[in-house]
Amino acid sequence: MTVAGSVSHIEEPVDRPAIPAADATEEKPLLSASGVSKFYGSRIGCEDVSIDIWPGEVLAVVGESGSGKTTLLNCISTRLMPTTGTVTYRMRDGQTRDLYRMGEAERRFLMRTDWGFVHQNPADGLRMTVSAGANVGERLMATGARHYGDIRATAGDWLGRVEIAEDRIDDQPRAFSGGMRQRLQIARNLVTGPRLVFMDEPTGGLDVSVQARLLDLLRGLVTDLGLAVVVVTHDLAVARLLSHRMVVMKDGRVIETGLTDRVLDDPRAPYTQLLVSSILQA
Amino acid sequence: MTMQPTDLATYNFAYLDEQTKRMIRRAILKAIAIPGYQVPFASREMPMPYGWGTGGVQVTASIIGPDDTLKVIDQGADDTTNAVSIRAFFAKVAEVSTTTSTADATIIQTRHRIPEEKLGEGQILVYQVPIPEPLRFLEPRETETRKMHALEDYGLMHVKLYEDIARNGHIATTYAYPVKIEGRYVMDPSPTPKFDNPKMDQSEALQLFGAGREKRIYAVPPYTSVVSLDFEDYPFEVNRFDQPCALCGAEGVYLDEVVLDDRGGRMFVCSDTDHCEKRRAAGHKGTMAGGEIGQ
Repeated sequence: MTVAGSVSHIEEPVDRPAIPAADATEEKPLLSASGVSKFYGSRIGCEDVSIDIWPGEVLAVVGESGSGKTTLLNCISTRLMPTTGTVTYRMRDGQTRDLYRMGEAERRFLMRTDWGFVHQNPADGLRMTVSAGANVGERLMATGARHYGDIRATAGDWLGRVEIAEDRIDDQPRAFSGGMRQRLQIARNLVTGPRLVFMDEPTGGLDVSVQARLLDLLRGLVTDLGLAVVVVTHDLAVARLLSHRMVVMKDGRVIETGLTDRVLDDPRAPYTQLLVSSILQA
Repeated sequence: MTMQPTDLATYNFAYLDEQTKRMIRRAILKAIAIPGYQVPFASREMPMPYGWGTGGVQVTASIIGPDDTLKVIDQGADDTTNAVSIRAFFAKVAEVSTTTSTADATIIQTRHRIPEEKLGEGQILVYQVPIPEPLRFLEPRETETRKMHALEDYGLMHVKLYEDIARNGHIATTYAYPVKIEGRYVMDPSPTPKFDNPKMDQSEALQLFGAGREKRIYAVPPYTSVVSLDFEDYPFEVNRFDQPCALCGAEGVYLDEVVLDDRGGRMFVCSDTDHCEKRRAAGHKGTMAGGEIGQ
């Protein structure tokens, strides 16, 4: 990858499997949550959720609004401290660490090198008042890149990979369409070569044709880079297209997990059956 | 304490009460102990509007003693309203002797310049600071900027410099140019021109920064490294001037542009008036020194 040189102090994994757990050396999950619960006072955000995310796999978390999808995502991505439960992550050096026992500096470093977070609303994940190039370059500069020419070249390369014309590099995201902003946000997250990316409704608010392009792009990037992705969505089509495995949530609890095709074609829990059958057939 | 008997209400020495001065001194000591760190302090109302140097005045009032000699400059000049008023203020409430000569002063309160003459050990430079937070315009949340300082999370500072180059082809920040103190804290050197940044590095004088409205004090102790942030391929450069001072012929100093008439006439003169006067007294002459303006 082109960015590996500019963040050389991060050990680059030798080989990343594109298929989950295909490699015998990747026996342990990348991120593992066990018994995670989050209570908002007496109300339940999510309750007793245990999931593993394996290297290179795309895990979709689906469910209706208010089912605790986003709470779960925030809990496992250190953005929201869970009430109970542990979340561990296998670092690049092979050590498994409890995320909530790490120092904040270390956690932030992890978040801007090894992780990505794609927000539903691109304005939450972008700096709207600085240029696209600076948006992509920010993580590089935060990890010590100090050569303007190199940063700009890497940013330009990444804009190309997310299908943004290179002459837009000095434009601010405010001048971008919704789809472009979302692609820019993805480029900004992927520039440091993360191993795990969290996405919260990445296609929310985009029209259908733009959604299709974005999904196509995401699918390509995920396969090329061997990313592990946790994608939260209420759109089963997104889950079908992107994910290998699925978690169905209702009222803060996981009610069904399994391979995406299995869950969608042969749903077992009554709620999942309802969910699957409520898709409009165009 | 040392006030003359008078009908007017009298002030404590140097205007502030002793408790306040102790509080500010404690903040100053902490600031010196952690170079570049912004120490919060309970800023007082001063008899001048915010933006006129209330922070600097409080710092000066806390460190000044009867034996001190005070110099006050405003954009390098000793004779502007702000400088004259503050000098008169301390002459009245602390009865200290004042000077315009850089070498004779023990405390120099400054707004937006560092004197051209090299400062020596034992001198204290007090800066008036409007906005102490270098990250303010990049990250509006105070809670977040404090965290960024604590975690040394300064990538954002370079984002600003990147934007400068992307838009202008060079780093266009010419004042309040961010510096890194002793390899740790990123600091706003107050709106001094970046021309003055190199003078802060390994300075023999103690540098104190007071922001009254923002209630922050920070410091650069003597012999401390002050490095201006830059990129490897766009290194830090100071402002350059094409011509010498029109009055004293000085080169390598910071010049002000003065418009002379409505027909495009202009001249460049030393921003540091004391430096310029001394040079002229020593016989240096610029191109316009003989004319009406030179007198």
